[in-house]
Amino acid sequence: MSDDQVLVRVQGLKKHFPITRGIIIQRQVGAVRAVDGITFDIYRQETLGLVGESGCGKTTAGRTILQLYRPTAGRVIFDGTDLTSLKGNAMRHMRQRMQMIFQDPYASLNPRMTISRIISEPLRVHKLASGPEQVERVQELLRLVRLNPRFINRYPHEFSGGQRQRIGIARALASNPDFIVCDEPISALDVSIQAQVVNLLEDLQDQLGLTYLFIAHDLSMVRHICDRVAVMYLGLIVELAAKDELYDHPLHPYTQALLSAVPVPDPKVERKRRRIILEGDVPSPVNPPSGCRFHTRCARAQELCSQQEPAWRDVGGGHFVACHLV
Amino acid sequence: MTPLLEVRDLATRFHTLDGTVYAVNGISYTLEEGQTLGIVGESGCGKSVSVLSVMRLIPEPPGKIVAGQVIYRGQDLLTLDEAQMRQIRGKEIAMVFQDPMTSLNPVLTIGRQISEALIAHMGMSQEQARARTVELLEMVGIPQAADRYRDYPHQFSGGMRQRVMIAMALSCMPSILIADEPTTALDVTIQAQIIDLVKALRDRLGMAVIWITHDLGIIAGLAEKVIVMYAGFIVERGEVDDIYDDPRHPYTLALLKSLPRVDRSSQERLATIPGLPPDLLDLPPGCPFAPRCIYRVERCLQENPQLKPVGLHHEIACWVDVTTGREQ
Repeated sequence: MSDDQVLVRVQGLKKHFPITRGIIIQRQVGAVRAVDGITFDIYRQETLGLVGESGCGKTTAGRTILQLYRPTAGRVIFDGTDLTSLKGNAMRHMRQRMQMIFQDPYASLNPRMTISRIISEPLRVHKLASGPEQVERVQELLRLVRLNPRFINRYPHEFSGGQRQRIGIARALASNPDFIVCDEPISALDVSIQAQVVNLLEDLQDQLGLTYLFIAHDLSMVRHICDRVAVMYLGLIVELAAKDELYDHPLHPYTQALLSAVPVPDPKVERKRRRIILEGDVPSPVNPPSGCRFHTRCARAQELCSQQEPAWRDVGGGHFVACHLV
Repeated sequence: MTPLLEVRDLATRFHTLDGTVYAVNGISYTLEEGQTLGIVGESGCGKSVSVLSVMRLIPEPPGKIVAGQVIYRGQDLLTLDEAQMRQIRGKEIAMVFQDPMTSLNPVLTIGRQISEALIAHMGMSQEQARARTVELLEMVGIPQAADRYRDYPHQFSGGMRQRVMIAMALSCMPSILIADEPTTALDVTIQAQIIDLVKALRDRLGMAVIWITHDLGIIAGLAEKVIVMYAGFIVERGEVDDIYDDPRHPYTLALLKSLPRVDRSSQERLATIPGLPPDLLDLPPGCPFAPRCIYRVERCLQENPQLKPVGLHHEIACWVDVTTGREQ
């Protein structure tokens, strides 16, 4: 795809968190390599899914892309501008265009603020609207997320989980962003409510031309909502492809295991399915395994896998994978 | 054949400052030896309270089991005193909870926590209990079991802690294992490990399993019989194939339609269930699902339907036949 179709370009992005010892003089004794060099593009108006197990660095990746964490290395180019070089007002100005929806609809809304104050906060911060104009905009946003605009003076505790998530979405939309990082936006919701929120996100994308980075661990929902999907393991992306390509022809052994572990709500299919059961747990990102990071749990690992890190390459048609065996 | 466990018209309420919470409202089911029963429903549907009532683990007050019988091997558990009940819990019916971190005592070694039941229920000595505990830890797939006997819960990962919980539940070879969303806090790959483990142990030890979850996918691959709960009522039950191939209650139908599938490509919008589950403090007089139901008829708002058969082992509580859309 040509360059002007790329909205966000992530190049060799790393985020390491230091581990320190000592009380007064803190020495760094190690680092949690949460994100350890990821490279991919997010196209305009697409939904890119980022999946992986807990602790694989997917949330850190989302936050580092938004510059909520300053990256340790690498670049994030947003609509032609290198975000890692921006500071102060320039960065703040850019933030209008990129927003975030959080996982926990209970923890991400200030319980002491009214809905109106919560949703208008980005308007005040970026000085986009004030007075009656601001009220009008908040009401418009509430209508956009299908909440009654009369709720404007209520507090978060008066709303259900699904409604709170809509409030979080309205807040993210307030500054008219192009790009939204959705960090597990539905995993705290009940099954019957999840579909409501997912449909809303899809409608908003069509209506407003939004681009989403959709971070999730529910692989069934990711297949439904995303256009392309990236699979992360221990700080690295191991595979990235268009969704049907990835789900129907997964190449990386980790993707294969991950997909086989997802239960299907159909007893006939379940009886026939073969699960690839991974042994053990994810290793520590403080001291990741040598070579391919997955080799300690991979049934097909060979000697090479523990010695050399596999290259990240396109095996055709935008299907990227990092594995020696492919 | 008399069933291993029979729950009859069980009703549990909580008396709170806000009013009475009608958590479980007269549910009945049976469980045969070695059978796996899945109880599915969303949060607040009463699935956990129903099994906590069976185990008599409802805190009183505020909770109270107001009606029903729980007959285990011919004995009504609801009539037993606390000392007798203690002989049932863990030994005859054991339970695994959702959150393995809060259900283990952080200041005791896991060895001590598992051997506690062996000493209390099986009359084992310290030595015997220790040997048996190591065996159990090996059985649930904990590597270097003998060395890990002295470890504390925080030294285990989430999946390993859930294995410890299962080892503890199995320590006295119960006839029934109740698993209350044991994999909800775990990643899918670890969830697959735990489900595999429970299946293997069930087949090896011949115990019956009640598995509670909100995930219709897990139940499809695990259970023989399924109960679907909504607002403290059973709305549909049947053999696993009946429920998934031929769901007859509008709620089950809507729930299955709202789920995307990992094995299928879809461009369609997800079907949604409008509205929210009812407030258990203030249940509507008719069918609890009626306000959200697309098949609703006048009668649904006035009378709550009882379970009635629609197939050999398949029952629903609904006034409408969803295959025709007309009142039955």
